[in-house]
Amino acid sequence: MSAELFGYRRPDGRVGIRNHVIILPVDDISNAAAEGVARLIPGTIPLPHHYGRLQYGADLDLLFRTLIGTGANPNVAAAVVICIEENWARKVADGIACTGKPVAWFAIEGHGDLETIARAARQAKEFLQWASELRREPVSVSDLLVAIKCGESDTTTGLASCPTVGWAVDRLVEMGARVIFGETSELTGGEHLIAERMATPELREKFLRVYRDYVDEIERQGVDLLGSQPTQGNIAGGLSTIEEKALGNIEKTGTKPIVGVLGPAEAPPPDPGLYFMDTSSAAAECLTLQAAGAVAHFFPTGQGNVVGHPIMPVLKITANPITARKMAEHIDLDVSGLLTLELSLPQAGQQLLELLYRTVNGRLTAAEALGHREFVMTKLYRSA
Amino acid sequence: MQHKFLIHKKGDHVGVAVAEIAAGEVVTGVFMDDGSTIQVRANQNIPFGHKVAIQAVEPGGVVLEYGVPIGQAPRGLAVGDYVHTHNLKSLRWAKS
Repeated sequence: MSAELFGYRRPDGRVGIRNHVIILPVDDISNAAAEGVARLIPGTIPLPHHYGRLQYGADLDLLFRTLIGTGANPNVAAAVVICIEENWARKVADGIACTGKPVAWFAIEGHGDLETIARAARQAKEFLQWASELRREPVSVSDLLVAIKCGESDTTTGLASCPTVGWAVDRLVEMGARVIFGETSELTGGEHLIAERMATPELREKFLRVYRDYVDEIERQGVDLLGSQPTQGNIAGGLSTIEEKALGNIEKTGTKPIVGVLGPAEAPPPDPGLYFMDTSSAAAECLTLQAAGAVAHFFPTGQGNVVGHPIMPVLKITANPITARKMAEHIDLDVSGLLTLELSLPQAGQQLLELLYRTVNGRLTAAEALGHREFVMTKLYRSA
Repeated sequence: MQHKFLIHKKGDHVGVAVAEIAAGEVVTGVFMDDGSTIQVRANQNIPFGHKVAIQAVEPGGVVLEYGVPIGQAPRGLAVGDYVHTHNLKSLRWAKS
């Protein structure tokens, strides 16, 4: 099967499906300036978030990896970085500039918000006009990096919407694309199934170590997880245990070998295939880590998670007919016909691929049209 | 639609309702792996998306779905029972 796909090939060779100019604050206190710039230059996208001050060690590394990965994402044409201090502004801007795309940075200290906004807005305006002349060109499925995660799961996700994604993921991998899944703790009960699919014994060991570390961290808190995993929404939707939730979740990973185990927000190598990334299972946190590279997202939901991301289009798939009806504006693809057996899995999977191709070519997802722009840092521990 | 529930795999102890099932109703389930069918009489009301036992489970026995353990049934399960958090407990995160 071939599809006519058109994307933006960036200077580093990677392919984006959107052409955003972003205003990226490095820290929480630079949000106001970043949002000020975006108000003056309405075609740009601000990415406010809550952290970035007095972080240290692995937690700080993850902040930088997330910010740089987001700016480097090929869905971004150009980036304006704003930080209270010069040194970290330059660090993030330099990291993004390695891709060859235009980047400018501004520090607020010694200038104040208003002067910074004025200077950054002039630059953002230039970037926006420049980006508006970039043109889509023919690209192929093998150029795509797609991420997957499910949310507000119920039994319909395991029966139908996750298998639909799994079918599409298998086809994408066969066509040479890269796919990333995560949700480390939500593999509990099926982690052996993921471990068995690791391409090498070394990867299997690495995965099991990452998995155990995450679960140990949860168990060290010594709290009752009832009410958190499964969530109240999961339980209302018929899921009874973490194992049952995990087995449904794993359906969306398809059947292919897993060729890499990535740290949070770590970009995968260029080799095609299915990759695991160590992430939280909280939707916005997971998507933000995955978007440090991924250009499109498949998001199966049962009870109706509404998450989106500022630069990565998120496609919502549900098989729950009640959600499809009552939350129709959030749903890109209704596969509830799988439950009535009026639809076959290959038919549903093919519909999803076709929707992905339309999204690649510019169709806005429901989350994009509704303005869902969740951008949430994963925090590993308290700041100093 | 003749069926009211689906079963992931032959050998599973539970199926998932894809329509509301009333107590006492005799309902048909379809196995998703081979398309074969099974009938059970529901012992309680089973809401859409919730589980029905299609095989008896001994007290403390492991419950299979997708062909994989999803927990254990402390008091056991009878065919037709509504299966959820009240009679199915995680084997992994003991408190959940």
